[in-house]
Parts: sequence; structure tokens; C-alpha cells
Amino acid sequence: MRVLLPVLLALFLSGAVLLVLGKNPVAYYDDVLTRGLFNWGGLQATITRMSPLLLIAAGLVVSFQAGIWNLGIDGQFLLAAVATAALTPVLVGIMPWGIAISVSLIVAFVVGAAWSVIPAFLKANYGINEIITSLMSSFLGTSLASVLVKIPFRDPTTSVPQTLVLPVADRLPRLFGSTIHSGILIAIAAVLLVHVLMTRTAFGLKLRIVGANPRAGAHAGLNVAKLTFATFALSAGLAGLAGGVEILGVQGTMRADWNPAYGLLVVPLVFLARFHAVGIIGFTLFFAVLMIGGESASRRVGVPQYFVPLLVGMLLLFLALVDFLDHRRRRLMKA
Amino acid sequence: MSALLTEAFLSTLIFGAVTAAVPLLLAGLGEQISEKAGILNIGIEGMMLAGAYGGFFAAYAWNSFSLGFVAGAIAGMVVASLMAIFCVRLSLNQIVVGIALTLCAEGLTALLHFFQFSRTYPRLAKAPVLAIPGLDSIPIIGPGLFRHNALVYLALLLVAVVAWLFRNTYVGLNLEAAGSKPAALDAAGIDVVATRTGAVLTTGILAGLGGAYTAEVGAGLFLPYMTNGSGFIAIVLAMLARGKPLWVLLGALLFGVSLSLTTALQVAGINIPTDVVQMLPFAMVILVLVIFGRDSMLPPALGLPYVRGER
Repeated sequence: MRVLLPVLLALFLSGAVLLVLGKNPVAYYDDVLTRGLFNWGGLQATITRMSPLLLIAAGLVVSFQAGIWNLGIDGQFLLAAVATAALTPVLVGIMPWGIAISVSLIVAFVVGAAWSVIPAFLKANYGINEIITSLMSSFLGTSLASVLVKIPFRDPTTSVPQTLVLPVADRLPRLFGSTIHSGILIAIAAVLLVHVLMTRTAFGLKLRIVGANPRAGAHAGLNVAKLTFATFALSAGLAGLAGGVEILGVQGTMRADWNPAYGLLVVPLVFLARFHAVGIIGFTLFFAVLMIGGESASRRVGVPQYFVPLLVGMLLLFLALVDFLDHRRRRLMKA
Repeated sequence: MSALLTEAFLSTLIFGAVTAAVPLLLAGLGEQISEKAGILNIGIEGMMLAGAYGGFFAAYAWNSFSLGFVAGAIAGMVVASLMAIFCVRLSLNQIVVGIALTLCAEGLTALLHFFQFSRTYPRLAKAPVLAIPGLDSIPIIGPGLFRHNALVYLALLLVAVVAWLFRNTYVGLNLEAAGSKPAALDAAGIDVVATRTGAVLTTGILAGLGGAYTAEVGAGLFLPYMTNGSGFIAIVLAMLARGKPLWVLLGALLFGVSLSLTTALQVAGINIPTDVVQMLPFAMVILVLVIFGRDSMLPPALGLPYVRGER
């Protein structure tokens, strides 16, 4: 109920916006569902889109549960994507495919994690708010990624700045003859690992204690600085892995102007799932359907993609509101 | 190198820097007021966009730049009033609501523009310029600094006004108390919710003005998502300025210079990727933080809702 109600309210209110703008909301939602979910081609695209979103979301679950607001996702994602795109075409030439891909994915994780070291350092040593530092490192990383593609890693034979293209045969294998690449398996494994890590291990408990009350954590003898670094590394590393998987599975190359800006869109999903690792799967599916179906609906029903952020924003507002009313009701019942 | 020092290059650079800095300055000052009162206003990007759209549309429909600025300020305030209701009155999580409002504003302004103009982007006439007599004929800095829209001078004046407000008035003191120890303000008989609401609405007005300036003067048109992260840069500026309006101005100018440097370099025939120059201010700020980083001196109650009687 606490999940369904905000979703319904948001669908209803943004449908009303469509109605005011002279479009039929039922036709729009119908088209989104048909094209994004109930159609084999659409469903494959939807599941493919879920891989990077799930990986980013899994990382955010770790950091939000630990009370760290890592808003630097886009920089971490893009830098790891550049590293993967530049490295893999070279690696597949000199070593067996399986090892090359594994090395690339590890590099993606490490590059993503490395880009969080500065915000983590500033937070752990000087207590500087990580929201600004991670945002700044994200802007910096986005520009740096573009520069790296334009100058050192550029494929000199193309007119648009991009890296060497990884041949389709060397990308992540497709699953069972579909267009879905195996990155989705990596993503689901990551989500499950994060869930086990946060709920079943001492390390996860420590992170959650620090997230709930850092001072209590320090008094209990936890090394808060070390945990801050670990949290940042995990969450940024998973964002980096998302970038690597997206390059190896879908893009095959990195263009200088490529920036899907998933960061700000995944943050709300993690809130909607209330920081619950397994819960993000459902919301990611919902969101991927909206993105993929919305792309087709924008052509067919004439509602542009701009509708998606509006709907997600409303969803988030109603979620917060329903939570608030629920809390108040419980408090009143207790009193 | 001699091409870099021509009069045309320098005045283009200065003019561009000021034009790019003004929205950041307005939004940064606004954000600073919110932060002082204990509200971390992540929705400021949305307020700027609402201001950009409202400002553009009013200026386009009524053919008046001043009406555009008024409409931009109102549009920013409307988004801010939602922030005030959700975060100040209902004490909801400020980060969630801020991101939600930004997303809503992004979607809504782009949709409205799309349904009015489809994929065409009509331009406004050139914005009126108020040249300061005498000063504007100084070579180089005259055309760069003293031939701007009136809002630019107003924004500069605002730095002094806000500084005075913070330092010398009860309003400033109340704001600071609302962000440092809201319970103390409440005990002194002053309404915390009203103080914080006022701060958030002021932020909305300033951010809306900044957005309207971006659309009406900076670009002369409205594009979907046109503020392009300015709101987040404003948040960074406000936090780095440690409660001092003058530092917001300096920070905004630093960003303005680096944003306009690329354009100016291209005018001078030097081609380096825009990204390199855009990295400079962020890299500089991070470097400064790493070297001199101590406590960033944020208000202790920043981001925490105030509910009377709760600890």
C-alpha cells in the first residue's frame, strides 16, 4: 500500500497534466506498457536498460544505508566507461577473451572507486559535506571523460571523437538468442551480493550503524573514517562497473558527448525502494519500461520524453508525502 | 600570444564572464540564505528552470523584459513554496524533495515549451542594455563591465544588501539561529517555520531571477534543461562561501571567467576543447579543499527538519 499509493497518485496527476495539454493519458500509458513490457522487442530493450540502472542503484543502496550521499555517480560512471572503452579493444588482441573482459570490468570498478577517493578523503578527514564534493567531482569527471575521449584515446580514423570500436563478437555475450546481454546477470548478482552484505554480515551492520548515527558508531569503537572510504569505494565502484557493462554490452565504443546522466534519475528509485537492495529490482523495471516505452510513445502519441522526469519527480513527492501521513497516523494511534 | 591581449578579446572575455556569472551569483546568494536558515535546497536547479521558462514565456508573450523577470521570480517562488510546504511545514527529507522538484520542473517546463512551440525555439529581441555613462567608455573594461542589463547591477547591489542583512539585522540573526539552533530561536519566541519559509521563498525568487536572466539575456531563448547544472554549481558556491555573500560573488566570477574563456579563445582563433576549460574551476576548488580543507563550517542544523518538542 505504501508503495502502490504513491505510484497511482503520480500516474493520476501526471495523467491529468497530459489531459490539460490535450493528450490522451490512457493512450499514452497504454502505449508505454505495450511497447516497453508486453512486446518482445520492447521487453528486451527494457531488460537491457536495467543492467546499468541496477548496478548504480545497488551502489547507492550501500552508500545511502551508510548515510553517505554519493551524488557523484555520473562522473564515476563515465570515467569508468572511458577506461573500459579504451582498454578492451587493446586487451582482446593480446589475451584470451574471457580474461580480457574480466580485467576490463575490474578496471571499470577500480576507476569508478578511484574517482571517489577525494570526496571520501575530504569527508573522512575534514568532515566536509560529501554532497558538494561528490557533485563537484562528478562535474569534473564528466568533463575529464570527454577530454580523454577527444585527445588521448581518440580513434584517429573517425570524424566524430570516439574511442576504438570493440567488435560485436567481442562484446558481452547475448542471452539465449535474445538481444539482452549478459550484463544483466552481473547486475542481479551485484544486487543480491549487496543485499547479503548489508543484511547478513558484520560489515553491513557496521555501515548501517554509522549511517544511523555516526557518533554512536565512533563511540562503539568503529573506525568511521575507514568505513567512509569503504562505502564510497563500493558505491562508486558499482557505478563504474555500470559504465563498463554499458560499454561492453551495448555501446562498444565511447563517444565524447555520450552522457546518459543516469545518476540523478537512479537516486529517486533508491529512495522509492526505501534503500532496500532487492526492492530496487521492481522499481528499476518500472523505470526502464517508462524510458523504453516512453521513447516509442513519444513518436506515436506525440508526448516527448520530457514526461518521464515529471512522472518520476511526482512519484518521489507522493512517496515522501504518503510516508509522512503514515508516520503521523501511527504516532496518533500510539498516543 | 599577442592575439590574446587584443582589446576585443579581453572585453569579450570580461563581458561573457559577467553574463555567465550573474545567474550563478543570484542562485548562489539564494542558496546561501536557505542554508543559513538550515534548509539544504537541492531543488534550486528546478527553481532556476522554472524561472527560465516563466521569464522567457512572459517576455515573449508580452514583449517586455521586466515583466519576464517578474514572471521568472514568481515561477521560482512557486517551486520554492512547494519546497517550503514539504520540507519546512511537513518536515520531509530535503534531499528527496529537492531532487523531486528539480525533476518535476525539468519535465514540466520542457513539456510546456514543447506543446507551445513544438521543436522550434523562437528567439527574443536583444535584451535592453543600461550603459553606465562615463564608465562605459573606458577601454576594455568599459564594454566588458558597464554595458549590461540592469539586472546585473541589481545583482551586484544585492551582494551588499545580503551581507548587510546577515551582519546587521535581526532578520540575519534569526536566519542564523534557525540554521544553528532552531530550538533556541523557538524559545526566544520567534517562529522557526515562518523564518525558514521566508528563507526558502527568497531563494526561489532569486533562483527564478537567475533562471530568467539565463533565458532572456544570456541565451535569448528557452531550451529544455537549459540551466544545465547551474543550480548545483550554485549549491557548491554557497557551501564554499561559508555564509559570506562576497565569496559567492568571487566564486561566481571564477566560474563565469572559465565558462566565457572558451568562447573568447575561439574568438581569438585558439581551439581547445571546451571541457578542459570547464574543468578548471572545479579542479581548483577541489585542490583548495584538499590543501586547506578543514571544517567547511556549515550550519549545524542544516538539512534537519525542526519539529517543536522533538529532540
